[in-house]
Amino acid sequence: MSERYVAAIDQGTASSRCLVFDRQGRIVSLSQKEHEQIFPRPGWVEHDPMEILRNVVTVVRGALESGGLEVRDLVAVGIANQRETTVVWDRHTGTPVHNAIVWQDTRTDGLVRKLGAEHGQDRFRDRCGLPLATYFSGPKVSWLLDSAPGLRSRAEEGDLLFGTMDSWLVWNLTGRHVTDVTNASRTMLMNLETLDWDDTLLETIGVPRAMLPEIQPSSKIYGEAVDSLGGVPIAAALGDQQAALFGQTCFSAGEAKCTYGTGSFLLLNTGSRPVRSGHGLLTTVGSKIGDEPATYALEGSIAVTGALVQWFRDKVGLIGSAPEVETLARSVDDNGGIYFVPAFSGLFAPHWRGDARGVIAGLTGYVTKGHLARAVLEATAWQTREVVDAMNADSGIELTSLKADGGMTANNLLMQFLADVLAVPVVRPIVAETVSLGAAYAAGLAVGFWPDIESLRANWHKAAEWLPHMEQAARDKGYRKWKKAVQRSLDWVDDDD
Amino acid sequence: MPRPIQSIERASAILRLLSGRTGRLSLAELAGELGLPKGTVYGILRTLLSVGFVEQDPESGKYRVGAALLHLGSSYLDGNELRTRALNWSDWLAARTNESVRLGTLHDGKVLVVHHVFRPDNSPQALEVGALLPMHATAMGKVLLAHHPYLADELAANGGLPRFTGCTITDPKQLGKELKRVRERGWASDVEELIDGEVSCAAPIRDRRGIAVGAIAISGPVDRLCEGSQLRSELVAHVREGARTISRDLGAVPW
Repeated sequence: MSERYVAAIDQGTASSRCLVFDRQGRIVSLSQKEHEQIFPRPGWVEHDPMEILRNVVTVVRGALESGGLEVRDLVAVGIANQRETTVVWDRHTGTPVHNAIVWQDTRTDGLVRKLGAEHGQDRFRDRCGLPLATYFSGPKVSWLLDSAPGLRSRAEEGDLLFGTMDSWLVWNLTGRHVTDVTNASRTMLMNLETLDWDDTLLETIGVPRAMLPEIQPSSKIYGEAVDSLGGVPIAAALGDQQAALFGQTCFSAGEAKCTYGTGSFLLLNTGSRPVRSGHGLLTTVGSKIGDEPATYALEGSIAVTGALVQWFRDKVGLIGSAPEVETLARSVDDNGGIYFVPAFSGLFAPHWRGDARGVIAGLTGYVTKGHLARAVLEATAWQTREVVDAMNADSGIELTSLKADGGMTANNLLMQFLADVLAVPVVRPIVAETVSLGAAYAAGLAVGFWPDIESLRANWHKAAEWLPHMEQAARDKGYRKWKKAVQRSLDWVDDDD
Repeated sequence: MPRPIQSIERASAILRLLSGRTGRLSLAELAGELGLPKGTVYGILRTLLSVGFVEQDPESGKYRVGAALLHLGSSYLDGNELRTRALNWSDWLAARTNESVRLGTLHDGKVLVVHHVFRPDNSPQALEVGALLPMHATAMGKVLLAHHPYLADELAANGGLPRFTGCTITDPKQLGKELKRVRERGWASDVEELIDGEVSCAAPIRDRRGIAVGAIAISGPVDRLCEGSQLRSELVAHVREGARTISRDLGAVPW
């Protein structure tokens, strides 16, 4: 028998990618395609679901081609996807009734405030583990159903279907309307204890049950793919961050990782029981492998990290490519006294302040573009520090090293600064593409390509390590200034905005 | 206004001819196009060769525009950019070969390490990004020298071939021969030339203009990387494949 492989589809915020892995968890080939970011108004972000679907098929074919492989060389395909992004489509025609509303989109701000008006932001935390925020899918669905006449009644009659990107892709690839439990845990509609849709949440937020997908384990054969993908089993789906936790082989309680992409997401495995956060973190499902009990996680979600570098490149134009931010930042020795709080979609963890907007604090005539580049990078590290502090407080365990992954780990200045402000070593695994690797692992487990999770641990290797060098006094001062800058970003949005 | 300098005018005309059309011309063709004696054109070509603005194809003997000229007016690939674009395939190479991987670019007559992937055995290792390595005693350095031949002469002229081990190449002539071999086979090795017992193997990373903008190397102990006195051929193949894949991602035409 010739060698066989697992493919992972990483349907991300900026692009769709396909990576093919071998049995040792090594990358064999890769293909990716960016899709359009649609900004209809300030604070609104949309994607075209049809474009994404086309791109997904294109990148799977592209990855096979560049690896000299055919569909029959694949034992399974796993999906990792941008979470919370909401698609509603017509069950009969398969046509979306609206562009996908992306997780960064803040249009549900009014609705979310109304839901929390008398009860506070943590109204549903006990049921779903999440604070009321524009981030999550449920309010986005409700907004969408009210955005045009007739949609809500069609949804109630079962003519419209809702799904996050995993559902949208699996429905199109296999014809089945399902979602995985990790994605469902991001909707605000699922009960964390029962792992089923919660009628109280559905009624209060205003989402008809008839449009919801069936909640399934993360690792399970959902069905066989359509002709264009040659009938290969679609055998896993996870939200991208949960996939990265799995890809970093954080299988045991107490293991954590942080993935640096468009946003950054620190997840800590808390084992088979959900841990409620008292410090602004989310309680979420980490994974569910077949019939085994679900694994839960605490999550610190940071909305804007890599997105700030992209903004600096595309909207400010001081750099021509994302990696150049490091070159520009290295042209100076420090941040020149400025702090950049990128509250473009409000602030996520641990603040959850939809009323915040971005600020650059501490500007003087001394500041150059090099300092700006530094502040752009440092924003990612300081935001991580806030989340790590919350994680330590909630879990009662001090983080002793940070497993980092994602595209921004290519930025040495950032990784060093991160180690400096966290005062712990930062390590990168040999496969930085942990999102895809996690989806591949989950799919491979479902079809028996790997016998068990222990066999996957052997694939994890340290590829780089950054050790903290910063003086404690400098760290404390920087963090103090950062917190002052955060205060200055709050309470910016007014009712008439 | 002073009169234009004739030899610079002629050199410019040669470069214009070489950068147009098919890009490769023989001495006779150049002399014919310019209406000048071969001896005159040859003299100018020798100077252009020595500064790297012109290269001579080893097989056909024809002349083409050199890498040094292509570098003028178009900045070097940023080391941070190279690291980012090469991240996945550097990991891939380390995972394939079970050895540490480094990416290097030219910097002031040295090899600047812009990326380093640990040997994937979870042993304690320190990140060496930012380190400067000697060119003539490392595989990465030889790859870069082989594609920027004028540098080798500069290096030798400035007393830049110090000895590190008994195997270090310190003779400029021998280095010239070694670089010719590197150009011919498309990869370089350093067998205990920098550190006793340590071996490295490197191949060029090319951008879309075909210029070697960097080198990627594996390194490790001689008993793991060599069979007898030779680098293990499957390791060489992996290094070259890694370099090719990264080059393709940078837009280089597959070769």
